[in-house]
Amino acid sequence: MSTLKVLLKKEVLQFKRNSFLPKLVVVFPIMIMLIIPWVTTMDVRHVNVSVVDNDHSQLSQRIINKINASEYLTLHSVTGNFDLSFKSLENGDVDAILEIPKYFEKGFVTGSTKKLSISANSVNATKGSLGSQYLAQTLAASIKEMKASLSPVQAGDLVVIQNRYNPTLEYRNFMIPAILVILIIIITGFLPALNLVGEKEAGTIEQINVTPVSRFAFTLAKLIVYWVAGLIVITIALIVAWLVYGQTAVGSLLTIYTGAFLFILVISGFGLIASNISSTMQQAVFFMFFFVMVFMLMSGLLTPIESMPQWAQYVTYVLPPRYFITIMRSVFLKGATFYDMRFNFLALAILAVVMNLGAALTYRKRS
Amino acid sequence: MDNSALAIEVKDISKSYDKVKALDHVSLNVQRGEIFGLIGPDGAGKTTLFKILVTLLNADEGSALVDGLDIAKDYRAIRSRVGYMPGKFSLYPDLTIEENMEFFATLFGVTVEQNYDLVAPIYKQIEPFKKRRAGRLSGGMKQKLALSCALIHKPSVLFLDEPTTGVDAVSRSEFWDMLHNLREQGLSILVSTPYMDEASRCDRIALCNTGHILDIDSPQHMVEKFDGNLYGIKARDMYGLLKALRNDDYIANCYTAGEYHHLLAKSGFDPDRLKQDLVAHSHSNVEIKSIIPDIEDVFIKLLSNEQH
Repeated sequence: MSTLKVLLKKEVLQFKRNSFLPKLVVVFPIMIMLIIPWVTTMDVRHVNVSVVDNDHSQLSQRIINKINASEYLTLHSVTGNFDLSFKSLENGDVDAILEIPKYFEKGFVTGSTKKLSISANSVNATKGSLGSQYLAQTLAASIKEMKASLSPVQAGDLVVIQNRYNPTLEYRNFMIPAILVILIIIITGFLPALNLVGEKEAGTIEQINVTPVSRFAFTLAKLIVYWVAGLIVITIALIVAWLVYGQTAVGSLLTIYTGAFLFILVISGFGLIASNISSTMQQAVFFMFFFVMVFMLMSGLLTPIESMPQWAQYVTYVLPPRYFITIMRSVFLKGATFYDMRFNFLALAILAVVMNLGAALTYRKRS
Repeated sequence: MDNSALAIEVKDISKSYDKVKALDHVSLNVQRGEIFGLIGPDGAGKTTLFKILVTLLNADEGSALVDGLDIAKDYRAIRSRVGYMPGKFSLYPDLTIEENMEFFATLFGVTVEQNYDLVAPIYKQIEPFKKRRAGRLSGGMKQKLALSCALIHKPSVLFLDEPTTGVDAVSRSEFWDMLHNLREQGLSILVSTPYMDEASRCDRIALCNTGHILDIDSPQHMVEKFDGNLYGIKARDMYGLLKALRNDDYIANCYTAGEYHHLLAKSGFDPDRLKQDLVAHSHSNVEIKSIIPDIEDVFIKLLSNEQH
C-alpha cells in the first residue's frame, strides 16, 4: 500500500500547490450558497399593475388600495382608458391590466353580472399566470370584504391550504438541495477529469505508464483527493445553509452524507470516462458540459420531473442526479429516512458501479 | 536478470498512424552494455519505436524482446526493468527535484538511497537545488533530473528519446560523458538523436528515415565503408556554385554542408577539369579539396541510393 500512499501524497501536494484549487473548494461553495438562493427564485414579486377604473366607486377604490398594499403587486398607474394602460403594457412597464367596468359596484349590489377583466403579459409564462392569479386573489379578497360589509353574517373559508415541509412557500428551500447537487457535480465531476487529462497534455502520464504502478492505484489516488474535496464542499454548503438561511436538515445528516458519497462515486466515475476518451482538456470539458446540461435541466433540479413529457421522464431514470436530488429534498425538507429512500440509494449504487466499470473499461495504459 | 546476449531485439516491427506508415518492418539488435544510437531526422519513426519498446504503444506487426522479455506478453515485467526518458520533459513541474525523485523511486518499489550510487554522478549536480520545483529548472537541469528519475530503479536497459534536443552544446557533450559512465556500469542504452555529429559517441548506430532503417553499423565502420570520392568545394557565389554543380554530369550528388559544399563524384570526375569549367563560367575564388566523409555524408548517400 506504500504505492498508494506515495501517489496520494503527490496528489495532495499538487492540489495544495495549485494556486487555484484549494481556494475553489472553499470559496466556490460559499459564494454560490450566498448568492444563488437569493437570485434564483420562482416566486413572482413586483407584478406591475395598471388599473383602468371606469367605475370610480367605493369598491373600485377599495380594490386599488388592496393592490397597492399587496406584497406581490405594485400599482403602476390608474387610468380611465384601456388604450393608455395597454400602451404601458406594450412598453413593458406594466405586467397586467385590470379593467373595472362602469357600474361594477352598482351591478354587484343589484346582483347583475358585470365582469372584471385581467390582461397579463405572458411572455414569461410563469410571471403571467402567477401574476394574474395573485391579482385574481386580491380581487376575490376585496370582494369578500365588500360582501362582509354588506351582510353581517360571516361566510367561513371553504378551503384551507397547508403548505407542508415548506410552509412559507420559499423557493429557496427547494433550491438549496439542488445547489448542493450542482456543487458536487462541478467539484467531483469536472476536477478529477481535468486533472487526468492534464496529465495527458503534460505528458506526465507517459512517465507513469512505464512504471509498474497499476492504473487502479493511480486513478484511485486522484479520486480520493476529490472525494474528500467534495465532502468538504458539501459540509461548507450545509453550514452556510444553516448560518445564513437558518435551514438545517430535518432528516439525518448521516443519510445525506451517505447519499452524497454515493453520488460523488457516480459523478467522479463519469468524469473519468470523459477524461479517458478525451486527449485534451477542451474535449473533456465539452463532453462534460453536454451531459451536465442534461443533468441540470432534466433531473428535476429546477423543474419537476412530473411535468416533463412521458419520454423525457423515462430518460430521467438513467440520470444520477435524479436520485440524489430526491434523497436530498426528502431528507433535508421532509426528514425521510434511509429506509424510505432505499430505492434511490439502490439506483445510485447501481449507477456508481456502472460508471466506474465504464471508467475502468475505457482506460488504456497503452494505445 | 535474463542472461540472453541481447538487450533489445526488434524483429520486423511495423506501425501505422491512419495512412502514415511510421515504422516499416524495422529490425535491429542492441547488445548488452552498448550505446546504440537511433539517428535520423524528424519523422523517421524514432519516437514511435521507443514507445513500442517501452510498452506505451502496440505494434501493428512484428515482435520485440527487451531484456529478454516479450513486449506483448511480459509488458508488466518490462516496465520495472527499463528506464525511459521521453523526448518532452514529463516529470511533475509542481513537485520539487527531491519529491520527483522520491515519487518515482517509490513507484518502482525502491528508495533513493538504495540506488544512490548509480545516479550520484548526475544527481549530485542538481542536488543543491533539490527544494526547487521541477518546472522552474533550466533545460540542462531538467534533463539531468529526468535522467536521474529514469535511472533511480536501476534499470537494465535505458531508453533516451532525443535527450539532447534543445540543450546547449556544452551540456550535450557532458550528457554523452554521463552516458558513457553509465555504460561502464553495465547499462544498455538505446538513444535517439537528430544530430548526426552525436553519432560518433555511440558504439553502434542505425541510420533511419521515414520508418526505414538505412544501415546499422558502428559509426567508424560506416564511414570507412563509404565508397565514393567526396570533395569539398567553395567559391564566392555559393548558391550559384550549387546550381552549376547540380548540372554537372560527373557529379552524383551535391549539397550544402557549412563552409564547403560537399559533392559526391561519379567515375571519370576530374576536379581540375571542374575548376577550369567553373572559372570559365565566371566563378571566382574556386577551391576544391578531397574530404573524409562523416556520418552526415553517409546518411545523405544512403538516402539518395534508396531514392534511385
